[in-house]
Amino acid sequence: MKLPVYLGMLQRAEQELASSFRTVADGHGDEPDVRATCELLASQCDEHVAAMQPLVDRYGSEPSDEPERLHAAALPHPRSGPLALLRDLQDVHLLASFVDMTWTLVGQAAAALRDEELQQVIADREAETQVQVGWLTTRMKQAAPQALVVAG
Amino acid sequence: MVDRIADIWGTRTAFARGERWPVRVDLRLADGVTEADVDRWVASACVLCSNGCGLEIAVKDGEMVGVRGRATDLVNHGRLGPKGLFASWQGVRNGDRLTRPLVRMGGALVETDWDTAMGRIVERSRKLLAEKGPLSHGFYTSGQLFLEEYYAQAIIGKAGLGTPHMDGNTRLCTATAAASMKESFGSDGQPGSYSDIDECDAMFLFGHNMAETQTVLWMRVLDRLAGPNPPRLVCVDPRETEVARHAEVHLAVRPGTNLALMNGLVRELFAHGWIDEEYIAAHTVGVGELRSTVAPWTPERVADTCGVDPADVRRAAEIFGTSDRVLSTVLQGFYQSSQATASSCQVNNLHLLRGRIGTPGNGILQMNGQPTAQNNREAGADGDLSGFRNWENPEHIQELAELWGVHPDTIPHWAPPTHAMQIFRYCEQGSIEFLWVSATNPAVSMPQAPRIRKILEKEDLFLVVQDLYLTETARYADVVLPAAAWGEKQGTFTNVNRTVHLSDKAVEPPGEARSDLDIFLDYARRMDFRRDDGRPLLDWTGPEDAFRAWQECTRGRLCDYTGLSYEKLRGGTGIPWPCNDEHPDGTNRLYGDGIFPTEYDRAESFGHDLLTGATVGPLKFRALQANGRAILKPAAYHPATEAPDDEYPFLYSTGRTVFHFHTRTKTARAKQLNRAAPSAWVEMSVPDAERLGLGEGDLVRVASRRGEIVVPLRVGDVRPGTVFAPFHYGYWEQDRSGPGDRPTAANELTETEWDPVSKQPILKVAAVRIEKVADSVGPAPAPTNTASRPADASAVRPTAGGPDAEVEERPRETEPPAAPDEGGRR
Repeated sequence: MKLPVYLGMLQRAEQELASSFRTVADGHGDEPDVRATCELLASQCDEHVAAMQPLVDRYGSEPSDEPERLHAAALPHPRSGPLALLRDLQDVHLLASFVDMTWTLVGQAAAALRDEELQQVIADREAETQVQVGWLTTRMKQAAPQALVVAG
Repeated sequence: MVDRIADIWGTRTAFARGERWPVRVDLRLADGVTEADVDRWVASACVLCSNGCGLEIAVKDGEMVGVRGRATDLVNHGRLGPKGLFASWQGVRNGDRLTRPLVRMGGALVETDWDTAMGRIVERSRKLLAEKGPLSHGFYTSGQLFLEEYYAQAIIGKAGLGTPHMDGNTRLCTATAAASMKESFGSDGQPGSYSDIDECDAMFLFGHNMAETQTVLWMRVLDRLAGPNPPRLVCVDPRETEVARHAEVHLAVRPGTNLALMNGLVRELFAHGWIDEEYIAAHTVGVGELRSTVAPWTPERVADTCGVDPADVRRAAEIFGTSDRVLSTVLQGFYQSSQATASSCQVNNLHLLRGRIGTPGNGILQMNGQPTAQNNREAGADGDLSGFRNWENPEHIQELAELWGVHPDTIPHWAPPTHAMQIFRYCEQGSIEFLWVSATNPAVSMPQAPRIRKILEKEDLFLVVQDLYLTETARYADVVLPAAAWGEKQGTFTNVNRTVHLSDKAVEPPGEARSDLDIFLDYARRMDFRRDDGRPLLDWTGPEDAFRAWQECTRGRLCDYTGLSYEKLRGGTGIPWPCNDEHPDGTNRLYGDGIFPTEYDRAESFGHDLLTGATVGPLKFRALQANGRAILKPAAYHPATEAPDDEYPFLYSTGRTVFHFHTRTKTARAKQLNRAAPSAWVEMSVPDAERLGLGEGDLVRVASRRGEIVVPLRVGDVRPGTVFAPFHYGYWEQDRSGPGDRPTAANELTETEWDPVSKQPILKVAAVRIEKVADSVGPAPAPTNTASRPADASAVRPTAGGPDAEVEERPRETEPPAAPDEGGRR
C-alpha cells in the first residue's frame, strides 16, 4: 500500500506551506492584511500537521521513491515591493494547490479503505485548505492591476 | 428650560409597549432671539450623528440662529440631542470658515480664485491620466455629504475616470454594518426600524454606547424604561456606560473577544432549543456549519476567554432565547474590534435562528456612525457599486453602463473596489499620485496617525482637500477647496433605518464657498467627461437633477427611491425606503416575509469566508442555492494579533464622547459643547490606577509600539486591564497638522490592521503601557455625566452647561406621528 508515501508527502508539504506563509508574513509586514492572514493560515497548517500524526502513526509515513518529483518547495526568502508580493503569493498558491489536491487524493484512498477516522480528519482540513487557496486568489486578483499596470 | 449639557437626554415622556412614542419638541435659539423674531423655518435633518432627527433651521436676517425639532418626524418626534441643538448651526456659521480656494505656492497655501484652483487639479489629473492611466487616481470621501454628491462622485470615478480607488470614511464607521448584512441577507439594507424600540420586550446593545452616540434614540429607550412593562436590557461593552447602568446584564468583555461571546450566545440557543426549526428550514441555509462552529463555546469557555461571569452569559442567552420580541443594535464596539464582520453576523444569526426579524419589536439595527453613511453605501462613492449592485455580476455592470452611457469595461469591476486602507497604501507606495479628500480628516481619524501624516506629506502625492475648515489634513494639501456646509446647500440623506430626509438651503455659503455637488460637477465639466454618444457625462444643473438620476439608478433595487420626490419629502417627516409604486408611503421594516435578496440576480455580494475574507465567487454562491433564504454564516474565534505583554501590559480602546463628533471641526466651535469636553484625556480603572500609584488628573504618557499621547488621567469605570481614550482630539486649534510636544490624538497609538471582510480598521484593540509624566493640577477635562464619569464623584465638579445651554422642551405638544405600512408583516 502506497498511502504512507502520500501521508508523508502531505505532512511535509503542510510543514512547508506553514513555513512559506510565515516567510510571506515576515517579508510583507507592511501589508497588514497579508501579514495577519498568513500568520493565521500558517497556524492552520500547523494544526493540519498535528491532526495527521495519529494517521501517520497508524499507517506509517514512507519516504517517496522519487522525492525530487513529489516535493513542493517552500519559499526560501521573500522579495519586496508590489510585484514581489504578487510573485510570492503566487508561489504560495502553487504550494497550497498541491496540498489541496493531495488532501483530495488521500481522501480518495480513505474512501476506498472505508476509514472513517481518516475521512473525518480529511474533510475539515481539506475545506480549510480550499479557503487558503481562495484567499490567495482573492488577494492576488486585488493586487494584480496596480502591480502590473501602474506600480513603478 | 433644561440645561442640556448637564441633562443630556432631557425630560422623560414615559410610554408603554405598543404605544406611540410621545412628542417632545426641543428648541434652541441664539441668545436674545425668540421664535417670534425668526424670519423663516427651513426644513432639514440633523447631521451630527447617524440618527437623522428631523428639524427646522431658524433663519433671521439671512443667518442661521437656531434649530427646532420637528414634532411630525418619524425619527425623533420633535427631540434633538446636545450636538444638534448647539453645533448644527454654530458649528458651521462662524469666522473660521474657508471662504476662498487655496493653492500651494513655494511651500505655503495662498488664497486664489476658483479658476486657478480647479485649473491646477485638472492639469494634474489630465497629465496623470495620459501618463499612467486612471489607477493613478484615488478618492477618499465622507459619511457627511449628501446623496446627490456621492452619486456625482461615483459616476465621475467609475464612468468618467474609471478608477476602482474610491472609498469613504464610512470605512471607519459603518463598513461592517454593510458587510454583515451582505453576508447574511445578500444585500445591504437595514431590517429593523426605530419603532421596534416601542414594541420590544428585550433589547441587546452589542458594543453600542447608544446613550452617547445616538442620544435621541436613547431617549426613546429611556422613555420605554420609565413606562410600564419596560424592555429587559443587555449590554456588551468594556466600559460602565449609561447603557450598562440600565442593563439587567452587563457583559464587560475583554476587548478583542466579541466573537467568542457571540459564538457562546448562539450555542446556548441551540443547547436550550430556543430556536425556530420551522423558520430555519424555510428561510435559512447553513445551520449545520453554524451549529458545529459554535459547539465548543460553552459559557465557561466564553467566560475564560472574554473575562466575564459564565452565569451572565447564560442569563443573557436566556433573555434572548425566551423574550417574545427582541431587538438588537450593533455599533463600533463590534465594528472597530477584531473579527468585526463575523461578530456582527452572529447577531444576525441569533435573530434568524429564532425567526425574530422584520416584525414589530423583532429587529436588527446594524447602526451607522455618520448621518449620510448610508447614502455613500447606496450611491457607491465608497467600496460599493451604485444601487447595491454586485461587482461580480456582469448584468449589474451592464445596467450601470446603460444608465451612465459608457462601455461596461469603463467601470472597474475586475476586483472589489479598493478600500480606504489600501488606497493609502498605494499612495504610500507611490502608485496613486492624485488623492482627492472631501469632508473628512484622515490625519486625525485614520489609524496609526504618524504613518498617515507621512503619506499625506509625500512630495509626489497631489492632494486635494475639500472642506469647511483648514483641518489638519487640509494643511498638507496642494489645493484646498472651500465647501458649503449643511444649511447652505440642498440635498437628501438617509439615516440608519433607511429614512430619507430633504435638507433645504437656509442661508448663503460664506465668501466663495461652493456646494460639494457644484465642485464635482465643475470638475466633470472641465475634464470634459462624456458618454459614448458624445453628450456630457453629467449634465445636471442642480441637486434635484441628481436626485432624479439617482431614482432611475435605484429602480427595482432594494433601495428603491422611485416613489420619492423633493416635494413629497417636504411633507413634515422623513420617509423610509423602499418607496415605490408598491410602497408609496415607504417601508418601515424589511424581511417580515422571510424572503431575502439572496437570489443570484438580486444579491449585492456573493459573500466571503468570514475568517480570511476569501471571496465565495459566483459558482459556489450558485451552488449554495440560497434563493431568497438568509445565510447563517459563522467563523471560528481567534485572538487579536496584538495582545498585552510585559512591555505593553494594557489593552487600549478608543471611542467617542457625547459632546463631540469626529475631529471636532463643528462641535468644538459650539461653546456649550466645547466647555463640557475641552481637551483630551485617558480613562483607567481604580484598581489599575492604585497599582500604578496614579490619581485623577495626573499627566500620563500612553505609548504603543507606534506612538504615544500625553494626556491627563481620568480614574473611572473602564474594565480593569483596559484603558480608553476619546478619538476627537487633534491639533487644529494649535494651527498644526500634527503634535508638538503634547500629542493627544488617540490614533497616534492604533495599529494599521483591518477586518478581513468589511476592511474596517481595528481601532479598539492595541497594547499600550502607561507612565506618569507629572502630578495632577486638577481633574481630567472629561465629562462627569457619561461613561467618562469619575470613580470618585466628589473629586470632580459635575459637568453643567449654564445659562447658554438652556433648551426649551415642550413635552406632548401634539399627537405622535405614525409609521408607514409595516412592510411585509408576517
